[in-house]
Amino acid sequence: MNTSFTSNSPSVNPNGSASVQISLSHVSKVFWGKNGWLNKITRQTTPNFIAIEDINLDIQHNTFVSIIGPSGCGKSTLLNIIAGLSSATSGTVSINGQIVDKPGPDRGMVFQNYALMPWMTVEDNIKFAVETVYPKMPRKQQKRIIQEKIQLVGLQGAEKKHPHELSGGMRQRVGIARALAINPQILLMDEPFGALDALTRGFLQEEIERIWEKQRKTAIMITHSIDEALLLSDRIVMMTKGPAARIDKVLKVPFSRPRNRTVVENHPAYLQLKQDMENHLYRETRAVEEARIK
Amino acid sequence: MAAVKPKIINQKSAHRLISNENLQALLLFLLSLGLFLLFWEMGARLKLFAKGMPTASLTITELWYWITHPFYNNGPNDLGIGWNLLISLRRVAIGYTLASIIAVPLGVLVGISKIAFKAFNPYFQLLKPVSPLAWLPLGLYLFRNSELTGIFIITIASIWPTLTNTAFGVANVNPDYLDVSKTLGASRWRTIFKVIIPAALPNIISGLRISMGISWLVIVAAEMLLGTGLGYFIWNEWNNLYIPNILVAIFIIGIVGIILDQIFAYLEKLVSFGRQSS
Repeated sequence: MNTSFTSNSPSVNPNGSASVQISLSHVSKVFWGKNGWLNKITRQTTPNFIAIEDINLDIQHNTFVSIIGPSGCGKSTLLNIIAGLSSATSGTVSINGQIVDKPGPDRGMVFQNYALMPWMTVEDNIKFAVETVYPKMPRKQQKRIIQEKIQLVGLQGAEKKHPHELSGGMRQRVGIARALAINPQILLMDEPFGALDALTRGFLQEEIERIWEKQRKTAIMITHSIDEALLLSDRIVMMTKGPAARIDKVLKVPFSRPRNRTVVENHPAYLQLKQDMENHLYRETRAVEEARIK
Repeated sequence: MAAVKPKIINQKSAHRLISNENLQALLLFLLSLGLFLLFWEMGARLKLFAKGMPTASLTITELWYWITHPFYNNGPNDLGIGWNLLISLRRVAIGYTLASIIAVPLGVLVGISKIAFKAFNPYFQLLKPVSPLAWLPLGLYLFRNSELTGIFIITIASIWPTLTNTAFGVANVNPDYLDVSKTLGASRWRTIFKVIIPAALPNIISGLRISMGISWLVIVAAEMLLGTGLGYFIWNEWNNLYIPNILVAIFIIGIVGIILDQIFAYLEKLVSFGRQSS
Protein backbone atom coordinates (compact mmCIF):
# COMPACT_ATOMS: atom_id res chain seq x y z
CA MET A 1 0.00 0.00 0.00
CA ASN A 2 1.17 3.46 -0.82
CA THR A 3 1.92 5.35 2.33
CA SER A 4 3.00 8.57 0.67
CA PHE A 5 1.51 11.69 2.13
CA THR A 6 1.96 13.85 -0.93
CA SER A 7 -0.85 12.40 -2.87
CA ASN A 8 -2.44 15.30 -4.66
CA SER A 9 -0.26 14.79 -7.66
CA PRO A 10 -0.42 11.26 -9.05
CA SER A 11 2.31 9.38 -7.22
CA VAL A 12 4.36 6.67 -8.82
CA ASN A 13 4.68 3.16 -7.49
CA PRO A 14 7.88 1.09 -7.57
CA ASN A 15 6.95 -0.48 -10.92
CA GLY A 16 7.05 2.93 -12.48
CA SER A 17 3.46 2.98 -13.74
CA ALA A 18 1.01 5.62 -12.55
CA SER A 19 -0.51 4.29 -9.35
CA VAL A 20 -4.08 3.58 -10.29
CA GLN A 21 -5.71 1.82 -7.36
CA ILE A 22 -9.31 1.37 -8.41
CA SER A 23 -10.15 0.83 -12.01
CA LEU A 24 -13.67 0.60 -13.39
CA SER A 25 -13.94 -0.47 -16.99
CA HIS A 26 -17.17 -0.61 -18.99
CA VAL A 27 -19.21 -1.21 -15.87
CA SER A 28 -22.95 -1.56 -16.52
CA LYS A 29 -25.75 -2.67 -14.28
CA VAL A 30 -29.10 -3.91 -15.46
CA PHE A 31 -31.89 -4.77 -13.07
CA TRP A 32 -33.75 -7.51 -14.90
CA GLY A 33 -37.46 -7.01 -15.18
CA LYS A 34 -40.08 -9.69 -14.87
CA ASN A 35 -40.50 -11.09 -18.35
CA GLY A 36 -40.38 -14.83 -17.97
CA TRP A 37 -43.07 -16.96 -19.59
CA LEU A 38 -45.04 -17.09 -16.33
CA ASN A 39 -45.10 -13.29 -16.13
CA LYS A 40 -46.15 -13.11 -19.76
CA ILE A 41 -49.09 -15.43 -19.14
CA THR A 42 -50.21 -13.41 -16.14
CA ARG A 43 -49.50 -10.17 -18.01
CA GLN A 44 -47.40 -8.86 -15.14
CA THR A 45 -44.22 -8.06 -16.99
CA THR A 46 -41.90 -5.21 -16.08
CA PRO A 47 -39.15 -4.01 -18.42
CA ASN A 48 -35.45 -4.33 -17.71
CA PHE A 49 -33.94 -1.28 -16.06
CA ILE A 50 -30.49 -0.16 -17.08
CA ALA A 51 -29.20 1.69 -14.03
CA ILE A 52 -25.70 2.59 -15.19
CA GLU A 53 -24.08 2.06 -18.54
CA ASP A 54 -20.45 1.85 -19.55
CA ILE A 55 -18.79 3.54 -16.59
CA ASN A 56 -15.03 3.97 -16.98
CA LEU A 57 -13.07 5.49 -14.15
CA ASP A 58 -9.56 5.26 -12.75
CA ILE A 59 -8.89 6.34 -9.20
CA GLN A 60 -5.39 6.93 -7.95
CA HIS A 61 -4.00 6.01 -4.54
CA ASN A 62 -4.90 8.30 -1.67
CA THR A 63 -7.33 10.45 -3.59
CA PHE A 64 -10.66 11.64 -2.30
CA VAL A 65 -13.28 11.22 -5.00
CA SER A 66 -16.86 12.43 -4.81
CA ILE A 67 -19.63 11.16 -7.03
CA ILE A 68 -22.42 13.63 -7.59
CA GLY A 69 -25.49 13.43 -9.77
CA PRO A 70 -29.26 13.85 -9.80
CA SER A 71 -31.43 11.57 -7.67
CA GLY A 72 -31.86 8.07 -8.99
CA CYS A 73 -28.84 8.18 -11.27
CA GLY A 74 -27.35 5.00 -9.94
CA LYS A 75 -24.67 6.48 -7.69
CA SER A 76 -25.45 4.07 -4.90
CA THR A 77 -25.57 1.20 -7.39
CA LEU A 78 -22.09 2.12 -8.51
CA LEU A 79 -20.78 2.31 -4.95
CA ASN A 80 -22.37 -1.02 -4.08
CA ILE A 81 -20.63 -2.59 -7.05
CA ILE A 82 -17.28 -1.23 -5.89
CA ALA A 83 -18.07 -2.47 -2.37
CA GLY A 84 -18.85 -5.90 -3.80
CA LEU A 85 -22.35 -5.90 -2.35
CA SER A 86 -23.82 -5.99 -5.83
CA SER A 87 -22.30 -7.34 -9.01
CA ALA A 88 -21.91 -5.57 -12.33
CA THR A 89 -23.94 -6.96 -15.22
CA SER A 90 -21.00 -6.36 -17.51
CA GLY A 91 -17.57 -4.78 -17.18
CA THR A 92 -15.10 -5.14 -14.34
CA VAL A 93 -14.00 -3.38 -11.19
CA SER A 94 -10.44 -4.02 -10.14
CA ILE A 95 -8.51 -2.92 -7.08
CA ASN A 96 -4.73 -3.01 -7.38
CA GLY A 97 -5.17 -5.09 -10.52
CA GLN A 98 -7.34 -7.69 -8.77
CA ILE A 99 -10.89 -8.07 -10.00
CA VAL A 100 -13.48 -7.43 -7.30
CA ASP A 101 -16.43 -9.77 -7.11
CA LYS A 102 -17.28 -9.83 -3.42
CA PRO A 103 -17.03 -7.56 -0.39
CA GLY A 104 -13.82 -7.55 1.58
CA PRO A 105 -12.13 -5.77 4.47
CA ASP A 106 -9.85 -3.88 2.08
CA ARG A 107 -12.86 -1.61 1.66
CA GLY A 108 -14.46 0.09 4.65
CA MET A 109 -18.01 1.29 4.21
CA VAL A 110 -19.86 4.18 5.84
CA PHE A 111 -23.64 3.97 5.45
CA GLN A 112 -26.16 6.75 5.04
CA ASN A 113 -28.31 5.46 7.89
CA TYR A 114 -25.24 4.64 10.02
CA ALA A 115 -26.15 0.93 10.13
CA LEU A 116 -25.00 0.59 13.74
CA MET A 117 -26.16 -2.48 15.62
CA PRO A 118 -28.59 -1.04 18.19
CA TRP A 119 -27.87 -3.75 20.75
CA MET A 120 -24.13 -3.07 20.77
CA THR A 121 -22.47 -0.22 22.58
CA VAL A 122 -20.26 2.21 20.65
CA GLU A 123 -17.25 0.16 21.67
CA ASP A 124 -18.90 -3.15 20.75
CA ASN A 125 -19.91 -1.89 17.33
CA ILE A 126 -16.29 -1.13 16.52
CA LYS A 127 -15.12 -4.29 18.24
CA PHE A 128 -17.45 -6.37 16.06
CA ALA A 129 -15.68 -5.03 12.98
CA VAL A 130 -12.17 -5.53 14.37
CA GLU A 131 -12.90 -9.05 15.65
CA THR A 132 -14.47 -10.05 12.35
CA VAL A 133 -11.58 -8.86 10.24
CA TYR A 134 -8.71 -9.73 12.61
CA PRO A 135 -9.92 -12.75 14.59
CA LYS A 136 -6.40 -13.78 15.58
CA MET A 137 -5.24 -10.38 16.79
CA PRO A 138 -4.45 -10.30 20.53
CA ARG A 139 -7.20 -8.75 22.66
CA LYS A 140 -4.94 -6.01 23.91
CA GLN A 141 -4.12 -4.86 20.43
CA GLN A 142 -7.79 -4.96 19.43
CA LYS A 143 -8.62 -2.84 22.42
CA ARG A 144 -5.92 -0.34 21.54
CA ILE A 145 -7.22 0.03 18.00
CA ILE A 146 -10.77 0.55 19.25
CA GLN A 147 -9.64 3.20 21.73
CA GLU A 148 -7.54 4.91 19.09
CA LYS A 149 -10.45 5.17 16.63
CA ILE A 150 -12.84 6.38 19.31
CA GLN A 151 -10.40 9.15 20.06
CA LEU A 152 -9.86 9.91 16.39
CA VAL A 153 -13.55 10.62 15.86
CA GLY A 154 -13.89 12.39 19.20
CA LEU A 155 -16.21 10.01 21.03
CA GLN A 156 -14.28 9.57 24.28
CA GLY A 157 -16.70 9.06 27.15
CA ALA A 158 -19.42 7.58 24.92
CA GLU A 159 -17.81 4.13 24.65
CA LYS A 160 -20.42 2.38 26.76
CA LYS A 161 -23.42 4.13 25.24
CA HIS A 162 -25.86 2.49 22.87
CA PRO A 163 -26.61 4.12 19.50
CA HIS A 164 -30.12 5.21 20.50
CA GLU A 165 -28.59 7.37 23.20
CA LEU A 166 -26.51 9.29 20.67
CA SER A 167 -27.33 12.11 18.25
CA GLY A 168 -27.26 11.49 14.50
CA GLY A 169 -23.90 13.18 14.17
CA MET A 170 -22.40 11.06 16.93
CA ARG A 171 -23.82 7.90 15.40
CA GLN A 172 -22.16 8.67 12.10
CA ARG A 173 -18.88 9.23 13.94
CA VAL A 174 -19.22 5.67 15.22
CA GLY A 175 -19.91 4.57 11.65
CA ILE A 176 -16.72 6.28 10.50
CA ALA A 177 -14.68 4.87 13.39
CA ARG A 178 -15.96 1.39 12.59
CA ALA A 179 -15.05 1.74 8.93
CA LEU A 180 -11.55 2.98 9.79
CA ALA A 181 -10.93 0.44 12.57
CA ILE A 182 -10.37 -2.40 10.10
CA ASN A 183 -7.66 -0.32 8.46
CA PRO A 184 -9.11 -0.52 4.94
CA GLN A 185 -7.23 0.67 1.88
CA ILE A 186 -10.34 2.33 0.59
CA LEU A 187 -13.10 4.17 2.36
CA LEU A 188 -16.53 4.05 0.71
CA MET A 189 -19.17 6.51 1.90
CA ASP A 190 -22.77 6.48 0.73
CA GLU A 191 -24.17 9.95 1.44
CA PRO A 192 -22.64 9.86 4.90
CA PHE A 193 -24.23 13.13 6.00
CA GLY A 194 -27.51 12.75 4.13
CA ALA A 195 -29.57 12.08 7.24
CA LEU A 196 -28.10 14.94 9.29
CA ASP A 197 -29.32 18.48 9.82
CA ALA A 198 -27.42 21.29 8.09
CA LEU A 199 -25.40 22.43 11.11
CA THR A 200 -24.26 18.97 12.15
CA ARG A 201 -23.55 18.20 8.52
CA GLY A 202 -21.18 21.17 8.17
CA PHE A 203 -19.45 20.29 11.40
CA LEU A 204 -18.99 16.66 10.46
CA GLN A 205 -17.67 17.59 7.00
CA GLU A 206 -14.88 19.49 8.69
CA GLU A 207 -14.27 16.53 10.97
CA ILE A 208 -13.94 14.27 7.93
CA GLU A 209 -11.43 16.68 6.45
CA ARG A 210 -9.44 16.63 9.71
CA ILE A 211 -9.58 12.83 9.98
CA TRP A 212 -8.67 12.42 6.34
CA GLU A 213 -5.60 14.59 6.76
CA LYS A 214 -4.47 12.22 9.53
CA GLN A 215 -5.17 8.98 7.70
CA ARG A 216 -5.13 9.52 3.98
CA LYS A 217 -6.92 6.67 2.38
CA THR A 218 -8.47 6.44 -1.01
CA ALA A 219 -12.02 7.58 -0.44
CA ILE A 220 -15.12 7.48 -2.60
CA MET A 221 -18.05 9.49 -1.36
CA ILE A 222 -21.51 9.82 -2.81
CA THR A 223 -23.11 13.16 -2.15
CA HIS A 224 -25.85 15.54 -3.21
CA SER A 225 -24.07 18.57 -1.86
CA ILE A 226 -21.86 20.72 -4.06
CA ASP A 227 -20.18 22.45 -1.10
CA GLU A 228 -19.45 19.13 0.54
CA ALA A 229 -17.87 17.77 -2.64
CA LEU A 230 -15.75 20.89 -3.12
CA LEU A 231 -14.57 20.96 0.48
CA LEU A 232 -13.50 17.33 0.65
CA SER A 233 -12.59 16.00 -2.78
CA ASP A 234 -9.62 15.92 -5.09
CA ARG A 235 -11.80 14.74 -7.97
CA ILE A 236 -15.51 15.15 -8.51
CA VAL A 237 -17.25 12.68 -10.77
CA MET A 238 -20.43 14.13 -12.25
CA MET A 239 -22.99 11.63 -13.46
CA THR A 240 -25.85 12.13 -15.88
CA LYS A 241 -29.43 11.29 -15.05
CA GLY A 242 -30.60 7.70 -15.07
CA PRO A 243 -31.66 5.35 -16.54
CA ALA A 244 -28.45 4.35 -18.28
CA ALA A 245 -26.51 6.93 -16.31
CA ARG A 246 -22.99 7.70 -17.49
CA ILE A 247 -20.10 9.80 -16.26
CA ASP A 248 -20.52 13.26 -17.72
CA LYS A 249 -17.17 14.65 -16.68
CA VAL A 250 -14.61 14.53 -13.90
CA LEU A 251 -13.62 17.80 -12.25
CA LYS A 252 -10.24 18.30 -10.70
CA VAL A 253 -10.33 20.26 -7.46
CA PRO A 254 -7.14 22.32 -7.15
CA PHE A 255 -7.36 23.53 -3.51
CA SER A 256 -4.34 22.78 -1.35
CA ARG A 257 -4.57 20.67 1.80
CA PRO A 258 -5.20 20.75 4.69
CA ARG A 259 -8.39 22.56 3.83
CA ASN A 260 -10.62 24.82 5.73
CA ARG A 261 -14.04 25.96 4.64
CA THR A 262 -13.31 29.70 4.64
CA VAL A 263 -10.08 29.34 2.72
CA VAL A 264 -11.68 27.02 0.19
CA GLU A 265 -14.64 29.31 -0.35
CA ASN A 266 -12.36 32.28 -1.01
CA HIS A 267 -10.18 30.44 -3.48
CA PRO A 268 -10.33 32.07 -6.94
CA ALA A 269 -11.34 28.84 -8.64
CA TYR A 270 -14.15 28.09 -6.17
CA LEU A 271 -16.94 30.06 -7.75
CA GLN A 272 -16.23 28.79 -11.25
CA LEU A 273 -16.20 25.16 -10.08
CA LYS A 274 -19.37 25.64 -8.12
CA GLN A 275 -21.01 27.28 -11.13
CA ASP A 276 -20.04 24.38 -13.38
CA MET A 277 -21.46 21.85 -10.95
CA GLU A 278 -24.65 23.79 -10.41
CA ASN A 279 -25.20 24.07 -14.15
CA HIS A 280 -24.62 20.38 -14.59
CA LEU A 281 -26.92 19.35 -11.76
CA TYR A 282 -29.58 21.83 -12.82
CA ARG A 283 -29.55 20.53 -16.39
CA GLU A 284 -29.69 16.90 -15.36
CA THR A 285 -32.35 17.41 -12.74
CA ARG A 286 -34.50 19.32 -15.21
CA ALA A 287 -34.13 16.45 -17.64
CA VAL A 288 -35.26 14.07 -14.91
CA GLU A 289 -38.33 16.17 -14.22
CA GLU A 290 -39.19 16.47 -17.91
CA ALA A 291 -38.83 12.73 -18.43
CA ARG A 292 -41.22 12.21 -15.54
CA ILE A 293 -43.90 14.43 -17.09
CA LYS A 294 -43.77 12.47 -20.34
CA MET B 1 -33.74 34.82 37.28
CA ALA B 2 -37.01 36.27 36.13
CA ALA B 3 -36.75 34.32 32.91
CA VAL B 4 -36.12 31.08 34.74
CA LYS B 5 -39.04 31.32 37.15
CA PRO B 6 -41.95 30.62 34.82
CA LYS B 7 -40.18 27.52 33.55
CA ILE B 8 -39.93 26.09 37.06
CA ILE B 9 -43.58 26.82 37.67
CA ASN B 10 -44.48 25.05 34.45
CA GLN B 11 -42.47 22.02 35.43
CA LYS B 12 -44.13 21.92 38.81
CA SER B 13 -47.62 22.17 37.40
CA ALA B 14 -46.79 19.53 34.80
CA HIS B 15 -45.55 17.28 37.58
CA ARG B 16 -48.67 17.86 39.61
CA LEU B 17 -50.83 17.06 36.59
CA ILE B 18 -49.17 13.68 36.10
CA SER B 19 -49.50 12.62 39.70
CA ASN B 20 -53.06 13.88 39.60
CA GLU B 21 -53.75 11.73 36.60
CA ASN B 22 -52.44 8.62 38.34
CA LEU B 23 -54.28 9.51 41.49
CA GLN B 24 -57.49 10.10 39.59
CA ALA B 25 -57.15 6.77 37.83
CA LEU B 26 -56.56 5.03 41.14
CA LEU B 27 -59.59 6.70 42.71
CA LEU B 28 -61.75 5.78 39.73
CA PHE B 29 -60.49 2.21 39.94
CA LEU B 30 -61.24 1.94 43.65
CA LEU B 31 -64.64 3.56 43.16
CA SER B 32 -65.62 1.16 40.38
CA LEU B 33 -64.34 -1.80 42.39
CA GLY B 34 -66.33 -0.68 45.41
CA LEU B 35 -69.49 -0.24 43.34
CA PHE B 36 -68.98 -3.61 41.69
CA LEU B 37 -68.52 -5.40 45.03
CA LEU B 38 -71.50 -3.58 46.48
CA PHE B 39 -73.65 -4.51 43.49
CA TRP B 40 -72.49 -8.11 43.77
CA GLU B 41 -73.07 -8.29 47.52
CA MET B 42 -76.53 -6.71 47.32
CA GLY B 43 -77.53 -8.70 44.26
CA ALA B 44 -76.50 -11.97 45.85
CA ARG B 45 -78.22 -11.20 49.13
CA LEU B 46 -81.44 -10.13 47.40
CA LYS B 47 -81.23 -13.26 45.19
CA LEU B 48 -81.25 -11.22 42.00
CA PHE B 49 -78.80 -13.60 40.30
CA ALA B 50 -78.95 -17.33 39.77
CA LYS B 51 -79.80 -19.50 42.73
CA GLY B 52 -76.80 -20.25 44.93
CA MET B 53 -74.70 -17.34 43.67
CA PRO B 54 -72.22 -16.60 46.49
CA THR B 55 -71.92 -13.15 47.98
CA ALA B 56 -68.82 -11.00 47.50
CA SER B 57 -67.97 -11.18 51.20
CA LEU B 58 -68.07 -14.97 51.21
CA THR B 59 -65.87 -15.11 48.11
CA ILE B 60 -63.33 -12.74 49.64
CA THR B 61 -63.29 -14.76 52.85
CA GLU B 62 -62.62 -17.90 50.82
CA LEU B 63 -59.91 -16.10 48.88
CA TRP B 64 -58.25 -15.12 52.10
CA TYR B 65 -58.48 -18.70 53.35
CA TRP B 66 -56.86 -20.12 50.22
CA ILE B 67 -54.15 -17.49 50.17
CA THR B 68 -53.26 -18.05 53.82
CA HIS B 69 -53.41 -21.86 53.51
CA PRO B 70 -51.81 -22.50 50.14
CA PHE B 71 -49.91 -25.70 50.88
CA TYR B 72 -51.82 -28.56 52.43
CA ASN B 73 -52.39 -31.99 51.07
CA ASN B 74 -55.41 -34.14 51.87
CA GLY B 75 -55.26 -36.24 48.72
CA PRO B 76 -55.72 -35.22 45.06
CA ASN B 77 -59.28 -33.92 45.54
CA ASP B 78 -58.41 -31.66 48.46
CA LEU B 79 -55.12 -30.03 47.64
CA GLY B 80 -53.97 -26.54 48.66
CA ILE B 81 -54.19 -24.03 45.83
CA GLY B 82 -50.45 -23.38 46.10
CA TRP B 83 -49.75 -27.02 45.19
CA ASN B 84 -52.19 -26.87 42.32
CA LEU B 85 -50.59 -23.67 41.09
CA LEU B 86 -47.14 -25.21 41.23
CA ILE B 87 -48.36 -28.27 39.34
CA SER B 88 -49.82 -26.07 36.59
CA LEU B 89 -46.70 -23.92 36.45
CA ARG B 90 -44.48 -26.97 36.21
CA ARG B 91 -46.46 -28.37 33.29
CA VAL B 92 -46.35 -25.01 31.55
CA ALA B 93 -42.64 -24.65 32.24
CA ILE B 94 -41.77 -28.03 30.76
CA GLY B 95 -44.08 -27.81 27.74
CA TYR B 96 -43.24 -24.20 27.04
CA THR B 97 -39.48 -24.72 27.29
CA LEU B 98 -39.74 -27.68 24.95
CA ALA B 99 -41.75 -25.60 22.50
CA SER B 100 -39.26 -22.74 22.65
CA ILE B 101 -36.32 -25.06 22.09
CA ILE B 102 -38.03 -26.31 18.94
CA ALA B 103 -39.57 -23.04 17.77
CA VAL B 104 -36.66 -20.61 18.01
CA PRO B 105 -34.07 -22.56 15.96
CA LEU B 106 -36.73 -23.66 13.47
CA GLY B 107 -37.93 -20.06 13.18
CA VAL B 108 -34.38 -18.86 12.55
CA LEU B 109 -33.90 -21.51 9.87
CA VAL B 110 -37.19 -20.72 8.17
CA GLY B 111 -36.56 -16.98 8.43
CA ILE B 112 -33.13 -17.18 6.84
CA SER B 113 -34.08 -19.30 3.87
CA LYS B 114 -36.81 -17.99 1.59
CA ILE B 115 -37.19 -21.47 0.10
CA ALA B 116 -37.63 -23.07 3.53
CA PHE B 117 -40.16 -20.38 4.38
CA LYS B 118 -42.23 -21.01 1.28
CA ALA B 119 -41.95 -24.77 1.68
CA PHE B 120 -42.88 -25.00 5.36
CA ASN B 121 -45.24 -22.08 5.75
CA PRO B 122 -48.33 -24.13 4.73
CA TYR B 123 -47.81 -26.40 7.74
CA PHE B 124 -47.62 -23.48 10.12
CA GLN B 125 -50.60 -21.76 8.60
CA LEU B 126 -52.65 -24.94 8.74
CA LEU B 127 -51.75 -25.90 12.31
CA LYS B 128 -51.72 -22.43 13.87
CA PRO B 129 -55.51 -21.87 13.99
CA VAL B 130 -56.27 -25.34 15.41
CA SER B 131 -57.44 -25.20 19.02
CA PRO B 132 -54.83 -26.93 21.18
CA LEU B 133 -57.55 -28.95 22.86
CA ALA B 134 -58.20 -30.70 19.57
CA TRP B 135 -54.90 -32.48 20.18
CA LEU B 136 -56.02 -33.81 23.56
CA PRO B 137 -57.48 -37.15 22.42
CA LEU B 138 -54.50 -37.71 20.17
CA GLY B 139 -52.14 -36.98 23.09
CA LEU B 140 -54.01 -39.35 25.40
CA TYR B 141 -53.94 -42.04 22.72
CA LEU B 142 -50.22 -41.55 22.02
CA PHE B 143 -48.94 -41.24 25.60
CA ARG B 144 -51.64 -43.00 27.63
CA ASN B 145 -50.61 -40.68 30.44
CA SER B 146 -52.35 -37.49 31.50
CA GLU B 147 -49.15 -35.77 32.68
CA LEU B 148 -47.38 -36.23 29.35
CA THR B 149 -50.52 -35.31 27.46
CA GLY B 150 -50.73 -32.01 29.33
CA ILE B 151 -47.15 -31.18 28.45
CA PHE B 152 -47.74 -32.27 24.86
CA ILE B 153 -50.68 -29.92 24.52
CA ILE B 154 -48.78 -26.99 25.99
CA THR B 155 -45.92 -27.67 23.60
CA ILE B 156 -48.17 -27.85 20.56
CA ALA B 157 -50.05 -24.73 21.62
CA SER B 158 -47.03 -22.56 22.32
CA ILE B 159 -44.86 -23.46 19.33
CA TRP B 160 -46.65 -21.37 16.70
CA PRO B 161 -46.46 -17.79 17.95
CA THR B 162 -42.75 -18.14 18.77
CA LEU B 163 -42.05 -19.85 15.48
CA THR B 164 -43.85 -17.37 13.26
CA ASN B 165 -42.55 -14.33 15.16
CA THR B 166 -38.98 -15.61 15.06
CA ALA B 167 -39.21 -16.33 11.35
CA PHE B 168 -40.69 -12.90 10.71
CA GLY B 169 -38.01 -11.15 12.77
CA VAL B 170 -35.19 -13.04 11.10
CA ALA B 171 -36.58 -12.51 7.59
CA ASN B 172 -36.94 -8.78 8.23
CA VAL B 173 -33.57 -7.94 9.74
CA ASN B 174 -32.56 -4.47 8.58
CA PRO B 175 -30.61 -5.13 5.36
CA ASP B 176 -28.07 -2.49 6.40
CA TYR B 177 -26.91 -4.75 9.26
CA LEU B 178 -26.41 -7.58 6.81
CA ASP B 179 -24.49 -5.28 4.47
CA VAL B 180 -22.19 -4.31 7.34
CA SER B 181 -21.59 -7.96 8.03
CA LYS B 182 -20.94 -8.66 4.35
CA THR B 183 -18.53 -5.78 3.84
CA LEU B 184 -16.55 -7.00 6.84
CA GLY B 185 -16.45 -10.48 5.34
CA ALA B 186 -18.11 -12.12 8.38
CA SER B 187 -18.76 -15.84 8.11
CA ARG B 188 -22.31 -17.18 7.83
CA TRP B 189 -22.30 -18.42 11.45
CA ARG B 190 -20.92 -15.20 12.81
CA THR B 191 -23.57 -13.26 10.90
CA ILE B 192 -26.32 -15.49 12.27
CA PHE B 193 -25.21 -15.38 15.89
CA LYS B 194 -23.83 -11.87 16.15
CA VAL B 195 -26.17 -10.01 13.81
CA ILE B 196 -29.33 -11.83 12.74
CA ILE B 197 -30.40 -13.33 16.07
CA PRO B 198 -29.72 -10.23 18.17
CA ALA B 199 -31.48 -8.11 15.55
CA ALA B 200 -34.50 -10.39 15.63
CA LEU B 201 -34.49 -10.70 19.42
CA PRO B 202 -37.33 -8.20 20.01
CA ASN B 203 -39.56 -10.23 17.68
CA ILE B 204 -38.44 -13.49 19.26
CA ILE B 205 -39.30 -12.22 22.73
CA SER B 206 -42.70 -10.96 21.55
CA GLY B 207 -43.35 -14.40 20.15
CA LEU B 208 -42.30 -16.01 23.43
CA ARG B 209 -44.60 -13.62 25.27
CA ILE B 210 -47.62 -14.54 23.16
CA SER B 211 -46.73 -18.23 23.51
CA MET B 212 -46.58 -17.89 27.28
CA GLY B 213 -50.00 -16.27 27.30
CA ILE B 214 -51.44 -19.09 25.24
CA SER B 215 -49.81 -21.77 27.42
CA TRP B 216 -51.41 -20.26 30.46
CA LEU B 217 -54.79 -20.13 28.76
CA VAL B 218 -54.55 -23.70 27.55
CA ILE B 219 -53.23 -25.36 30.70
CA VAL B 220 -56.36 -24.49 32.67
CA ALA B 221 -58.63 -25.91 29.98
CA ALA B 222 -56.50 -29.02 29.53
CA GLU B 223 -56.27 -29.73 33.25
CA MET B 224 -60.03 -29.89 33.60
CA LEU B 225 -59.76 -33.14 31.70
CA LEU B 226 -56.48 -34.35 33.21
CA GLY B 227 -56.66 -34.26 37.04
CA THR B 228 -54.56 -32.04 39.39
CA GLY B 229 -53.52 -28.46 38.66
CA LEU B 230 -55.55 -25.26 38.75
CA GLY B 231 -57.84 -26.38 35.95
CA TYR B 232 -58.69 -29.53 37.85
CA PHE B 233 -59.21 -27.49 41.00
CA ILE B 234 -61.93 -25.55 39.17
CA TRP B 235 -63.45 -28.70 37.76
CA ASN B 236 -63.42 -30.33 41.18
CA GLU B 237 -65.15 -27.35 42.79
CA TRP B 238 -67.72 -27.43 40.01
CA ASN B 239 -68.41 -31.06 40.92
CA ASN B 240 -68.68 -29.99 44.55
CA LEU B 241 -70.92 -27.17 43.31
CA TYR B 242 -69.02 -24.72 45.45
CA ILE B 243 -68.92 -21.51 43.32
CA PRO B 244 -66.80 -19.23 45.63
CA ASN B 245 -63.72 -21.41 45.12
CA ILE B 246 -64.19 -21.27 41.35
CA LEU B 247 -64.14 -17.48 41.56
CA VAL B 248 -61.05 -17.62 43.78
CA ALA B 249 -59.27 -19.81 41.22
CA ILE B 250 -60.22 -17.47 38.37
CA PHE B 251 -58.76 -14.56 40.31
CA ILE B 252 -55.51 -16.41 41.05
CA ILE B 253 -55.15 -17.58 37.44
CA GLY B 254 -55.54 -13.96 36.33
CA ILE B 255 -52.94 -12.67 38.77
CA VAL B 256 -50.40 -15.32 37.79
CA GLY B 257 -51.09 -14.55 34.12
CA ILE B 258 -50.31 -10.88 34.74
CA ILE B 259 -47.05 -11.74 36.48
CA LEU B 260 -45.93 -14.07 33.67
CA ASP B 261 -46.81 -11.46 31.05
CA GLN B 262 -44.99 -8.70 32.91
CA ILE B 263 -41.82 -10.79 33.07
CA PHE B 264 -41.84 -10.90 29.28
CA ALA B 265 -42.79 -7.24 28.98
CA TYR B 266 -39.68 -6.49 31.01
CA LEU B 267 -37.55 -8.73 28.79
CA GLU B 268 -38.93 -6.99 25.70
CA LYS B 269 -37.90 -3.66 27.13
CA LEU B 270 -34.47 -5.05 27.94
CA VAL B 271 -33.71 -6.01 24.33
CA SER B 272 -35.41 -3.16 22.48
CA PHE B 273 -32.57 -0.58 22.70
CA GLY B 274 -34.73 2.29 21.54
CA ARG B 275 -36.42 0.29 18.81
CA GLN B 276 -40.19 0.17 18.63
CA SER B 277 -41.17 -3.30 19.71
CA SER B 278 -43.77 -4.80 17.41
